[in-house]
Amino acid sequence: MSTATIHWISGPVLRAIASDSFHIHEAVQVGNKGLLGEVVRLKALADGRQEITVQLFEDTTGLRPGDLLQGQGAALSVRLGPGLLGQIFDGLLRPLSGGEERNFLAPGIYPFPDQHFPFYPLVAKGAVLKGGEPFAAVRLAAAESTGNDNLTQLCLVPPHLQGTVIAIAEAGRYSDRESVCTLEESNGQTHTLAMSHNWPVRTPRPVAERLTIGPPLLTGQRILDCLFPVARGGKATVPGGFGTGKTVLLETIAKWCNADVIIYLGCGERGNEMAGVLDEFPHLEDPRTGRPLMERMVVIANTSNMPVAAREASIYTGVTVAEYFRDQGLHVALMADSTSRWAEALREVSGRLGELPGEGGYPAYLSTRLADFYERAARVQTLSGKGGSVTLIGAVSPPSSDFSEPVTTHTKRYVRNFWALDRKRAHARFYPAIDPLTSYSEDATLLASWWHARGNPNWAEQRRRFLTILEEQSRLERMAMILGKDALPPQQQLVLLAATLINEGFLRQSAFAAKDRFASPQKQNRMMTILDRFVDLAQQAIADGMSIEQIRNLPLLRRIQRMGEEIGEEELELFTQLEEAMEKALHQAQPRLP
Amino acid sequence: MITANLSLTDAITRIDGPLLFAHRRVDVGLNEAVEVIGSDGHARLGRIAALDDELMTVEILESTSGLSLTGTRIRFFAEPISFSLGPGILGRIFDGVGRVIDGGPPIATHARMPVDGAVLNPMRRKKPEDFIETGISTIDVLNSLVRGQKLPIFSGGGLPHNRLAIEIALHARLRQSKEHQESASPFAIVFAGIGVPFETAEFFRRSLEESGALGRTALFLNLASDSSTQRLLAPRFALTAAEYLAFVEGRHVLVIITDFTNYCEALREVSASHGEIPGRKGYPGYMYSDLATLYERAGSLQGKPGTLTQLPILTMPSDDISHPIPDLTGYITEGQITLNRSLDRDGIYPPVGVLPSLSRLMKDGIGRGFTHPDHPALANQLYASYARAIQVRLLANVVGSDGLTPDDRLMLTFGQQFERRFIHQNKARTLDESMAEGWSLLRQLPINELSRLNDEQIATYIQPGAE
Repeated sequence: MSTATIHWISGPVLRAIASDSFHIHEAVQVGNKGLLGEVVRLKALADGRQEITVQLFEDTTGLRPGDLLQGQGAALSVRLGPGLLGQIFDGLLRPLSGGEERNFLAPGIYPFPDQHFPFYPLVAKGAVLKGGEPFAAVRLAAAESTGNDNLTQLCLVPPHLQGTVIAIAEAGRYSDRESVCTLEESNGQTHTLAMSHNWPVRTPRPVAERLTIGPPLLTGQRILDCLFPVARGGKATVPGGFGTGKTVLLETIAKWCNADVIIYLGCGERGNEMAGVLDEFPHLEDPRTGRPLMERMVVIANTSNMPVAAREASIYTGVTVAEYFRDQGLHVALMADSTSRWAEALREVSGRLGELPGEGGYPAYLSTRLADFYERAARVQTLSGKGGSVTLIGAVSPPSSDFSEPVTTHTKRYVRNFWALDRKRAHARFYPAIDPLTSYSEDATLLASWWHARGNPNWAEQRRRFLTILEEQSRLERMAMILGKDALPPQQQLVLLAATLINEGFLRQSAFAAKDRFASPQKQNRMMTILDRFVDLAQQAIADGMSIEQIRNLPLLRRIQRMGEEIGEEELELFTQLEEAMEKALHQAQPRLP
Repeated sequence: MITANLSLTDAITRIDGPLLFAHRRVDVGLNEAVEVIGSDGHARLGRIAALDDELMTVEILESTSGLSLTGTRIRFFAEPISFSLGPGILGRIFDGVGRVIDGGPPIATHARMPVDGAVLNPMRRKKPEDFIETGISTIDVLNSLVRGQKLPIFSGGGLPHNRLAIEIALHARLRQSKEHQESASPFAIVFAGIGVPFETAEFFRRSLEESGALGRTALFLNLASDSSTQRLLAPRFALTAAEYLAFVEGRHVLVIITDFTNYCEALREVSASHGEIPGRKGYPGYMYSDLATLYERAGSLQGKPGTLTQLPILTMPSDDISHPIPDLTGYITEGQITLNRSLDRDGIYPPVGVLPSLSRLMKDGIGRGFTHPDHPALANQLYASYARAIQVRLLANVVGSDGLTPDDRLMLTFGQQFERRFIHQNKARTLDESMAEGWSLLRQLPINELSRLNDEQIATYIQPGAE
């Protein structure tokens, strides 16, 4: 390994003189604590030595000229293996677990505890394997106790290797770093494989083929699934000022979406929120498997007070972990909260390196980096021929809630789904505070056929109708500002009433109410159909001479507004009753013709 | 504890703004503390900002006026800037860099802690969920504070934020319950005034003294006349003291820091003097990270009894909530209590602007098993109705109240009543009193407007006795 001696240091940047060769982005360990860093610049000196510039991921207090640093020979990499699920890591994928001695995080390398996992070989000696193909399975502790095969993970041949298996360990418990398989390449070179392998975070993992995105990533949130759906392998962004509910929305999606694995990336956010996630998720049940939600999660926490350079790296760490699970043939969703903090870290590091600032002080390559990140979302055929996907959902925290700032505008260029959070809705505690008028989903047309095949042939029309009513509402409210609400004709007053019902009865959804926090597609279909039918019936009733006052005062409206909270998944037949009551109420009033 | 007493004279080659360059004749590490003593005998705190083979760069954290290239001595501490702490800090007054200024004896040292603090491991944090009763209805019912939270007050010049902060500090306690009598004991208070005028500092000191709370308070005063670089240290010293009280002594600590706007101004000034590229409105690009290192020091740890709750105060320049200071703060803290100037003009006290206020950790500290099972629904309904009342008020401003529907006119009255009877209060209310007031206001509204309440809540609170 190459070494170098520090000769200048300031903040998280240092320069060192090396006699051997380093390469750009090579990971280094600095000083006797072994602080992690990355080479960002190289310069040849007149005497044949090299000057390297290193950016450190940790607090540099106490470092001094003369201290040594060591090159690792490879770019910043993370260890991918069976020990990831259900765990929490820092931005460089170092476990945060530990006892009281780890109440406060100290910089530097600390020993990774060796973990042992039950290993089951899937191939025999003599098998020929390509990169990305599984050679063994690992059953996690929870799978052992429940016999649930969803919790089995595969050990893959690292993508760039291939060859014939010349040795493979027997079933049993091994450390994830122990050699359990030996491959021989056609040129006679051999490689030993462990259950874990390292992968450089800034390099996307290869796939056999990228496929068209779909079917929907169901989130259980009505405003998303029905109005602004995102497809598996798609990408969405959630911009919103502070206090508009970005974090709660991302957490809610993490809880209920139908992905196999969730990567939750807290990038420059609050420590207490992470504590909340860790406290809550192990006690929540996955509505599909009945297992604790934590078992399918990987939490990466780089809170706002942790070193900034590691925050810059954490987003790549997150997406690399997501790709690792995707390569096992799983559907993965990654929530990044918040990409603005990542962009700010980029800006800070760039400023320290003396680069020329672009728009808003961000480096000119901000847009390229955002594109690199979001392009790692995909539905793919993996190297071993399976289907898998990575869906990316990134929060954006625009300064002053100004959506014209660089991070929001550049992100908008690369994502297909835009879920804009609205401060006015948040102020009224109307959650999720997604503004239906400025949000959009480009995936919606693609996904209509999925809904049509799942019991709602009118999904696309109903969706269009809801959006039209909401648009009409905003126009009419402006008009009412001039004329007064009473001056509007009954049909227009009905539009206002319908919009209120759609907002209160369908779009508003409490993330904390047991019956409401997750809505199955069946429930969403029922609710959407009831509201659609209400508009038809009410229009007819008004045409038949019923007054808008009469409709507005129907006690039934309260039941429609609260149907999401009051009708649970096991009692969907109550919707039929509600529907009947509605038909009756709106027909009954009709005899009062003028 | 006496620290290394190495010093260096006649090594200085250049002084430029707050930076001092000297020959590196001693083995010194980055970020370590130094004292620069001029020929005037005055010691100035500094830290090592950069090192190379020949030179070291010292950032002086106080005024450099009076320093010269010769006759100036640099003393090295061989550790980062640290604070000597002991149980005796309660009842004492310090300046912004932790020196006793009340004329009393020095503090008997029990622990020495670096003022930059260490990062709380998110995995070892305890989820904050102990409801704190502040006596303020708009906080207790609508934006509940929990132990370990950081909840800033967004105020403006001339608004009564100081009075509100002191009332919260003096009243704050856990709800009285028979089993937990001992946990209802009052908080230890750490108060830090950053760049405050003498009168403000005096107001806090006097209020604490008159109420008898000074004995459980540690005061840190960086007056407006003190150096602006010291302002950057004042909250760090105060928070280090608070961490000592919370995590070493196991107390429940409430930290009040005023005024963060002065802190940010000082940050901008120092950043400019370092020649850094300015960001939005001239504030440095790293202001978010810098503020986070302060705010994130609130919290509590698993298996440790103490908690650290922060109540920072900031005045929004021109009452603009989108100004970088409140904006970045809001992204870090767990909500905000916003004060509203027009409520203040209407004589409403405390003038809490309810709609833009928020407490993110409220959901974990209220409801069944914490406060009252119907607390969340009540808060939700009050918010929804008040938001609608404000909307109707806008409409009424244009079309007049004659153009409103009867339901809208009811909302208009509700809005007024809510401000006069719920937001406004003459004395501290218990949570139960605050909630009763909230229910009685909702009774004015038609049932179809109360979609956030379930039928049972309607029957119990809104139409008791009705079938």
